[in-house]
Amino acid sequence: MIINKNGGVNLGNKKIMSLAFLMLLLISTVLYGCSGGSEEGSEGNGETGGEGESGGEKVLIFGRGGDSVSLDPITVTDGESFKVTKNIFDTLVNFGEQDTEIEGGLASEWEAAEDGLTYTFQLEEGVTFHDGTDFNAEAVVANFDRWAAGDADQFPYYGSMFGGFGDEEGHVIESVEATGDYEVTITLKRPMAPFLKNLAMSPFGIASPTAFEEQGDAFGDNPVGTGPFKFVEWNRNDTVRIEKNEDYWIDGEPKLDEVVFRSIPDNSGRLNALLAGEIDLADGINPSDAETIEGDENLQLFERPSMNVGYLGLTNTREPFNDPLVRQAMNHAIDRQAIIDAFFEGRGEVAKNPMPPVISGYNDSIEGYEYDPEKAKELLEEAGLGDGFEMELWAMPVPRPYMPDGQKVAEAIQSDLAEVGITAEIVSYEWATYLEKAANGEADAFLLGWTGDNGDADNFLYVLLDQDNIGSNNYTYYENQELHDILIEAQTEVDEEVRNDLYMQAQEIIHEDAPWVPLAHSTPLLAGGSNVIDFKAHPTGSDKLSSVDLE
Amino acid sequence: MLHYIGKRLLQLIPVLLGMTFIVFMIIRAIPGDPAQVILGQQASEEAIKALRTTLGLDNPWYIQYFDYLKGLVTGDLGQSLRTRTPVVDEVWPYLAATIELSVFAVIIAIIIGINAGIISAWFQNSWFDYLAMVIALIGVSMPIFWLGLLNQWIFSIELGLLPTSGRLNVRDPIESITGFYIIDTLVTGQFDQLATVMRHLILPGTALATIPMAIIARMTRSSMLEVMRSDYVRTARSKGLKMFWVVYKHALKNAIIPVLTIIGLQMGLLLGGAILTETIFAWPGIGRYIYEAIGFRDYPVIQSGILIVAFIFVMINLFVDLLYSLIDPRIKYD
Repeated sequence: MIINKNGGVNLGNKKIMSLAFLMLLLISTVLYGCSGGSEEGSEGNGETGGEGESGGEKVLIFGRGGDSVSLDPITVTDGESFKVTKNIFDTLVNFGEQDTEIEGGLASEWEAAEDGLTYTFQLEEGVTFHDGTDFNAEAVVANFDRWAAGDADQFPYYGSMFGGFGDEEGHVIESVEATGDYEVTITLKRPMAPFLKNLAMSPFGIASPTAFEEQGDAFGDNPVGTGPFKFVEWNRNDTVRIEKNEDYWIDGEPKLDEVVFRSIPDNSGRLNALLAGEIDLADGINPSDAETIEGDENLQLFERPSMNVGYLGLTNTREPFNDPLVRQAMNHAIDRQAIIDAFFEGRGEVAKNPMPPVISGYNDSIEGYEYDPEKAKELLEEAGLGDGFEMELWAMPVPRPYMPDGQKVAEAIQSDLAEVGITAEIVSYEWATYLEKAANGEADAFLLGWTGDNGDADNFLYVLLDQDNIGSNNYTYYENQELHDILIEAQTEVDEEVRNDLYMQAQEIIHEDAPWVPLAHSTPLLAGGSNVIDFKAHPTGSDKLSSVDLE
Repeated sequence: MLHYIGKRLLQLIPVLLGMTFIVFMIIRAIPGDPAQVILGQQASEEAIKALRTTLGLDNPWYIQYFDYLKGLVTGDLGQSLRTRTPVVDEVWPYLAATIELSVFAVIIAIIIGINAGIISAWFQNSWFDYLAMVIALIGVSMPIFWLGLLNQWIFSIELGLLPTSGRLNVRDPIESITGFYIIDTLVTGQFDQLATVMRHLILPGTALATIPMAIIARMTRSSMLEVMRSDYVRTARSKGLKMFWVVYKHALKNAIIPVLTIIGLQMGLLLGGAILTETIFAWPGIGRYIYEAIGFRDYPVIQSGILIVAFIFVMINLFVDLLYSLIDPRIKYD
């Protein structure tokens, strides 16, 4: 077929010409971009971007795995939100630099009554919020009033740490009153041992009452606190920018002019960005990359003090794990040291208790179950399972600080179990599905872990193993009345020594019943440029950057 | 023509409606409770129950579905369960980021893919033909993840030429107006910033372009080979016309139609399928937005996000269909 050359093609020519012109325009733009590349190739490694900004500004870029959910700390539960709000808000009392001992914060001094029911806080004077509102006793009361008037859906952490809201019976706070311009008195309904530790948690950062009243729900997009940095802007899934609070109440802090939190979801991509000098700090470093970083003189490796536990949960209601002998056999059958050496690159320690040693009340006198396949076989024999059995072994689909590679750890456990005649089939689900099915008790044995919120034993033992928490965080359905009584008693015991004793007993019971195979307390890793000074990684995962500097 | 467009737009309604239904059912069929995921491992039973009620998750599915449809009719795409922000308000920056990246990738794919295909067909069985087709085969089968990390390592870390990730120099940010940084910097005349933006586009853009480029090249080649054998091409050549004009002017016009179809489809795939690229290169696009929403069981975001991508996909294909008649006047829509 011969195409009609009159008209059609001529008309088409014009259109093709205009299309071609458009293409040319686009190509030239692309080429312009490329040529720009070679000219400014060094820019990415420089301290500051040069154009438009003064050269002396100290901008720290913190690369992390995910974005924040909201910057109103009381409304969220995720670590990525707290990482930012920790630097915008201050709390009444603070955790220590790298531990969870209580230090002064917005309250310089405090006093607890003998009965543990009244706490009187003396507040710092001369502190203002970023919007100019004065910080005083009224402001503190306004924050507590706001929280107590909420519900579990609005302010989840308030409910779980203080037992409820408003008039609810479980709500431990009776009243919060301004007993002076700079004095606040909090009265409790019953003693609460970890009360101060709870107050130091990031969600309970004190916000400007003027701002949260004005902003309402939008406060999470325009947070105003007293912290070392002021909020500037937030590009979702990309960057959160905060700048120096010139009027910060601690002299000489903060040292940086600006901090940018950048989300780079892929661990390798984040490390690449660090290597290229595009970010100054990176969290979520794979243990396997640690050696590369230590060998690079432009980089330094930071270890976050461990406050976590990774474990293999054995669902106590499922056969054969309803038999304590089988659970003990599992504990003897798994070579934890080998797992830590292989997959945590040795950066972690073998766990024998459900909580890490840094937490007060840790029972070090307990002898962990040693790796002993023979002993495991004997125990299985005793339980009538001398020929072994078949089970499903659930592997976590996502890396977490307490479990860098669930799949590989599961494979190691699988081969250990095969030694004693147990046939384990590894299964995995997408993360949300995994958690739900495990909480429903559908798994035989599953890998999981926990990072502490406030460094208190209650936050591990009660939350993870008490019968009250079956269906939520007690995934193993482990139930023991004696343990329950001890844990409840410990919650209201204010004498530190008596309380620690109770937790020691609790750990003995748990050890004997062996609802888990505790695996490891890992050391999460971060890396930074060698020009980063005084960065101290905090065990809770939210790092205060006010004393950090750049060379 | 207008009549045809009207008809096509009307056909969209059942397509999109069916799609919302399928997506709605699928995301509810997978286990996982949004309330649990939002409140985290700490949450108490009561908190989860309270949140389920607030979010309307206690209603039977058909009521939830009709509520959602009712919202859609009034232009309400729902509210993110996680950020508590209306999807309409938060979706644009993500969408703009992805469109900018996909358009860039498609342009690369078209320029290189079509030319490689043409030259391969022109010099069939030459070394260029073999080389191009082997590269295309590798391109189609290359895992983007690996390619992306490799490119980061070579071009950013070893050679220091290009940034590894992100859309701009974080130390020297751009005031965004439209969400398209190329347009923003062009309009405000910040040409050095434009260069920075382009440099940030190159690595993710080429990684994303690899597969469509390979597909376009193969399609162009086979389509060209067919046309090159036709009579009118032989006539043109026997007239003594330069081979270049025969190929690029006469043959290409007839060969381009199936290629256009492929381009339209690929462009649509890029919009939703850029998740891997967006993850490695920390590109704050809609693929990652939807993907993360799935992890959090953020139903409204998943539903509306997919709806938006599907809508754009269908519109691109409509546009491509209209392009046919522009390029080939024999194709008429009535």
